[in-house]
Amino acid sequence: MAKCCQPKVSNSIWPGIVISIILISITVVIFSSLLFFFSKIRWEEFIYDGYLFYVIKFTFIQASISTGLAIIPAIFLAKALFRRHFLGRKLLLHLCSITLVLPVLVTILGLLTVYGRMGWIFKLCNLLGINYNFTPYGLKGIVLAHIFFNFPLASKILLFSLENISVEQRQLAAQLGMNQWHIFCIIEWPYLRRQILPICTLIFMLCFTSFATVLILGGGPNVTTIALAIYQSLSYDFDLNKAAVLALIQLFFCLSVALLNQNLNIIISVGNSHNLKWKHLNDSNLLKLWDTLIISITIIFLIPPLLAIIIDSLNFRLLQVLHNIKLLQAFTNSILISINSGILCVICTVMLLWSIRELRLRHSIFFCRILEVSGLLIFSISDLVLATGLFLLLHNFINLSYLTYSLLILTNALMAIPYAFKILENPMYDLAERYNLLCISLNIKGINRFNLIELKSLKKTIGQAFSFACMLSIGDFGVISLFGNENFLTLPYYLYQQLSSYRNNDAAVTVLIILLLCFSLFILIKYLSGKKYD
Amino acid sequence: MFFKLIIVIIIFLSSFSIQTKPILTVYTYNSFISDWGPGPIAKYIFEQVCNCNLKLIGLNDGISLLNRLRIEGKNSPADIVLGLDNNLIDLAKKTGLFIESKVDISQLKLPIAWKNNIFIPYDYSYFAFIYDKKRITEVPNSLDELINSPKPWKIIYQDPRTSTPGLGLLLWIQKIYKKYSVQAWKKLSIKTVTVTRGWSEAYGLFLKGESDFVLSYSSSPGFHLLIENKKNYAAALFYEGHYLQIEVAGQLATSKNPKLAQQFMQFILSPKFQRILPITNWMYPVIDIPLPDFYNNIPVPKKSLQFNAEDISKYHNQWIYLWQNAVNQK
Repeated sequence: MAKCCQPKVSNSIWPGIVISIILISITVVIFSSLLFFFSKIRWEEFIYDGYLFYVIKFTFIQASISTGLAIIPAIFLAKALFRRHFLGRKLLLHLCSITLVLPVLVTILGLLTVYGRMGWIFKLCNLLGINYNFTPYGLKGIVLAHIFFNFPLASKILLFSLENISVEQRQLAAQLGMNQWHIFCIIEWPYLRRQILPICTLIFMLCFTSFATVLILGGGPNVTTIALAIYQSLSYDFDLNKAAVLALIQLFFCLSVALLNQNLNIIISVGNSHNLKWKHLNDSNLLKLWDTLIISITIIFLIPPLLAIIIDSLNFRLLQVLHNIKLLQAFTNSILISINSGILCVICTVMLLWSIRELRLRHSIFFCRILEVSGLLIFSISDLVLATGLFLLLHNFINLSYLTYSLLILTNALMAIPYAFKILENPMYDLAERYNLLCISLNIKGINRFNLIELKSLKKTIGQAFSFACMLSIGDFGVISLFGNENFLTLPYYLYQQLSSYRNNDAAVTVLIILLLCFSLFILIKYLSGKKYD
Repeated sequence: MFFKLIIVIIIFLSSFSIQTKPILTVYTYNSFISDWGPGPIAKYIFEQVCNCNLKLIGLNDGISLLNRLRIEGKNSPADIVLGLDNNLIDLAKKTGLFIESKVDISQLKLPIAWKNNIFIPYDYSYFAFIYDKKRITEVPNSLDELINSPKPWKIIYQDPRTSTPGLGLLLWIQKIYKKYSVQAWKKLSIKTVTVTRGWSEAYGLFLKGESDFVLSYSSSPGFHLLIENKKNYAAALFYEGHYLQIEVAGQLATSKNPKLAQQFMQFILSPKFQRILPITNWMYPVIDIPLPDFYNNIPVPKKSLQFNAEDISKYHNQWIYLWQNAVNQK
């Protein structure tokens, strides 16, 4: 017999534990394969090497600045978008997910078209006779790019948090005559807070492990991150041990930050909501002006680089490139891989959350944390280490070219787990709060419960997580580049082939295809997963 | 029904019989196997004479090829590795995976005498800084002028730790400045916009107008001339000389088809294959054949520079360290 407040130990803990064990074993096996491939590690080289400490320090500073500057404006934007409904708001929200999922090189070239030495701003300043001397290189450039990647998505996730606040609470606040500040502090902040720390973790990890951005915009070796040091040790020197140790250092820092944030995060109970629409009251002109300003700045920041990408792609090569059979192959492969890894990612994430939720309700925080962190593991290993490790493991047993599809699907799915996790975490937890006792009393369990409860009420959110995971895989260059292949192409891979053969105009067209694919996928999944969320 | 079954069986069996030809596996770099690279044409020409299937496997760049071999060792499925360069030869030799090839290298026509029988050159070019004639009117005629000029030129080059052109520049500066290379790097760092991972990123940024000069090859303008019909890109020729990059192929000792591999090594020196390199790989052929006409508009450096392979692997880390520190102290 179950006590009313203590659900009995059930099978619902297993799904997450299984996934978690898989993730942890992959990590352990990859690291051990790297560490045992060659000779012993020369520790003194690490200890006495001031360069390493410098690199760690720089990576930290860079990631912290990037995270801070991405999250603070995101709070303001989320507030503004919550209060205002205007023409094109939906489009803006779609665009918010796009910036993170495009191949990094593409986005950076778009940013450079705007901010670069011969960019639009330079031309505008030239017209106006102003001296433009901003260079998007070095720390400035890296931070700018990271803000561009992360700030829109952070705003979007925070907006969902605000929309999750039950209308009853807002009604109550209005009745009590609270002003904006009080509403923010008392009602909205707790909701935002439970989302801010996890997002910060994610952004921080992304910036911490960021590699392509740093390599293009770094400006030189004085701007070196750990991820870059890993790449270098796997390049000319081919020092697998060093790479593994550096990757472990990276993993350690990422997970520490994640755990710290998890521990700071409080769990609040969310009441019931009748899903009413809330019309914002006591609106003032000043507030209108403020919101307009925030949204305008966002649009001015967000749109030009994306526009630049599109304008670049509408060149004279457009039709020839579209006729190319290789592009079609790359397109089909990309779609297949992204849909499959999206499905796999959502399945893994739901399984993980299923158990975490169960553990949370039982207040066994320690195991909860282990499962949560295991979801972040693969994300904090650099791509290169993951690929090299997998290669070391598998190349003796099987011809890897047969496995290209499955490996790509698997790695992309695992990389996307943290995002899907963030999108689904709170909604799933809130749902459990609401229906857990009911489920126990009616004895609805397992897959049955998922079908009846989760799928029905979280359709949109699951759709969102799915589409985001899909998009991430479309833009991901992935581990494929390291396995080498004969005729296997994905869109980002094809793009790199074009760039390495001087075909920059053709590459711009491929970028447009990627952009359109992400966008249409997003809209399609939204449409299929029922009612609009934003 | 019976007939249908027979047809199905025949189709099923025929799928096996197609695979009877021997397969020759060649590891190379990505731009080689792309639609616009020499790969597809080479495959077509070679398969006509060899009665085999040529399997081209593309990896990132020369260094990745070497690292792949370091992992696979004697179990490597590759028969041939094509795409290492003269700066990696010593490292590649030390793996002990390559064997001497019996190709006749007397027909080679390189800027230098080639004395290595393990690695056979298939094309070469010189590292050079490319600029846009529309933007740069006064062109530096020496590396020294490029580095020391008071003009606010902007330069993009590749990271010597992660790319072959970057390593080329490192060696180039080391060759010219020797013990004064620290000062040269410091001067250069003032003009440096950014240092990218590989060639594609650097060249892409240059085409975007992010820099006045980009490190590439002296034969790079060929692409713009032939494919885009643009005459405004040129390589700045320096009187100190240009560092030479020679791309080579090598045959693996563990090859399951040594005869076929040998045939391929012969093939890469044949005029048929050599002819396609200047218009697909934008590099110079290594045997004496006429170049396409448009190459007349591309001046060739008069003096070539290079280190011997042993010195490179010996001092590599030291030079990298030197560059790192010099560029760091802006």
